[in-house]
Amino acid sequence: MHDRTIAELGRALEQGECSSVELTRATLERIEQAADLNAFITLTPDSALAEAEAADAARARGEAGPLTGIPIAHKDIFCTRGVRTSCGSRMLEGFVPPYDAFVVEQLRAAGAVTVGKTNMDEFAMGSSNETSFFGPVKNPWDRKAVPGGSSGGSAAAVASGLVPAATGTDTGGSIRQPAALTGISGLKPTYGRVSRYGIVAFASSLDQAGPMASSAEDLAIMLRGMAGFDRRDSTCVDRAVPDYRAALAQTDVRGLRVGLPKEFIEADGVDAEVSSAVTAATEALREAGAEVREISLPNAGMAVPVYYVIAPAEASSNLSRFDGVRYGYRCDSPADLEDLYKRSRGEGFGEEVKRRIMVGTYALSAGYYDAYYRKAQQVRRLVQQDFARAFESVDVIAGPTSPSTAFPLGSKADDPVQMYLSDIFTIAVNLAGLPALSIPAGFGDGRPVGLQLIGNHFEEGRLLGAAHGYQQLTDWHRQRPSVEG
Amino acid sequence: MPISANEVAQIAHLARLAVSAEDSETHARNLSEILDFVEQLGTVDTEGVDPLAHPLEMTQRLRTDEPSEPDERERFQAIAPATEDGYYLVPRVIE
Repeated sequence: MHDRTIAELGRALEQGECSSVELTRATLERIEQAADLNAFITLTPDSALAEAEAADAARARGEAGPLTGIPIAHKDIFCTRGVRTSCGSRMLEGFVPPYDAFVVEQLRAAGAVTVGKTNMDEFAMGSSNETSFFGPVKNPWDRKAVPGGSSGGSAAAVASGLVPAATGTDTGGSIRQPAALTGISGLKPTYGRVSRYGIVAFASSLDQAGPMASSAEDLAIMLRGMAGFDRRDSTCVDRAVPDYRAALAQTDVRGLRVGLPKEFIEADGVDAEVSSAVTAATEALREAGAEVREISLPNAGMAVPVYYVIAPAEASSNLSRFDGVRYGYRCDSPADLEDLYKRSRGEGFGEEVKRRIMVGTYALSAGYYDAYYRKAQQVRRLVQQDFARAFESVDVIAGPTSPSTAFPLGSKADDPVQMYLSDIFTIAVNLAGLPALSIPAGFGDGRPVGLQLIGNHFEEGRLLGAAHGYQQLTDWHRQRPSVEG
Repeated sequence: MPISANEVAQIAHLARLAVSAEDSETHARNLSEILDFVEQLGTVDTEGVDPLAHPLEMTQRLRTDEPSEPDERERFQAIAPATEDGYYLVPRVIE
């Protein structure tokens, strides 16, 4: 069952080929077999089997939806009532939330079965899943390589067929980049499309939750289950959630206007196999009737430096709540209040988190605010205006998701700026609040290559339709690594 | 912009982070590299450009000033390390 999509598993459950309890048991066994991937931080077998029993009962009553009885996993950044939520950090040692995140509530209500919480870069800060307090995740295609980050545990779990889908969050590319590096499909929705309530905050004007799965059709099913208005997140948009899956059938790549940014094509440091896979993918779309044209995003090159001012600034503020007083890690025998704060934070946070807090503190400090933070927000507007101009003449923008395939574990760990450039093609999307997805588009040296498609605000339906159309033409999304390694 | 170990100590103090002396040099080098990297923003002409703080430029939604959440103190305190008489107990840090 492990190589089936949500849509296929739903049909198997419907036809009585298996029950959700059987499917959940098989899922938990497979996760144990693949323990060396380190994809999970916490497993919840007892509650999963109880949820599966409830799903089977709902199905027997004729109340099943597309997610009823389907095993999924949540990135450990989503609060789960009664289940440890660590955000990949020692700082949240012993934290068991008394409530569910909106996304968890929604998917639970849709009948999905939560089997556990996936590993991630600490506080979602990283592009390789090497900054987790719980150790690095391995890429199932090559266990010596990273799975990408920060949703690397979710990506590895889906890629190796441990679960058909998982949740992720994307602040600068943290769904799309690991999706690309592990050969799965991952969608970052429009900012505000999915409530951020109950997600441990990193950079509030950029964070967005989204689905990771093995096909565009499954992303559509998951997004429909996750999205919706929630008054508890003041940045969440009150707008009806379309039936994204139904929209797939209505979207045709014929006549689709696809923009290729020359800045992405001409960018330095892009692997040859990535370039050729992306070229082949856009050629396949053209042959299927899409109209492909070159466009320009002149400020795209500034996206990474803008991000590395804004995201750390927001993080330094959001992470100030972890002070050793209220919950989470607390140092031993503090001498005074300042010592309590400093040592709790110094011992509880890992190096990348400390680095970003310090960059953010510096950028917001008196005398530097205008030069860094205000300047970054001005350039952010220019980046957004580039996209707005582009969408006057195209429906979607295509390009690589990541400049390289999965890189070796440890190879960029000591060079933060090089690591930051892993997200060079994804970050601008977060700055502009746009939806974007990554789908598999080939291989380079045995490792997956991702194709990124970017859409205009709230045009997830069109994006998923384009991705689904591409997946009807190719079978890259059907390729699976061996879990046995 | 080169950041010295002394400046690291000052930034770490503002951020209430304990940074050991041996880690200061590494932080100084990393912060200098990151700030050098973001310096390129200075080359962009932003004269007259309004800062963008929210990607959809939404205004903050307000609600009526009425209680909307029930009292869940007992449930929240059940996960706290130490409580007494409805209060959270924290280490004595003020003489």
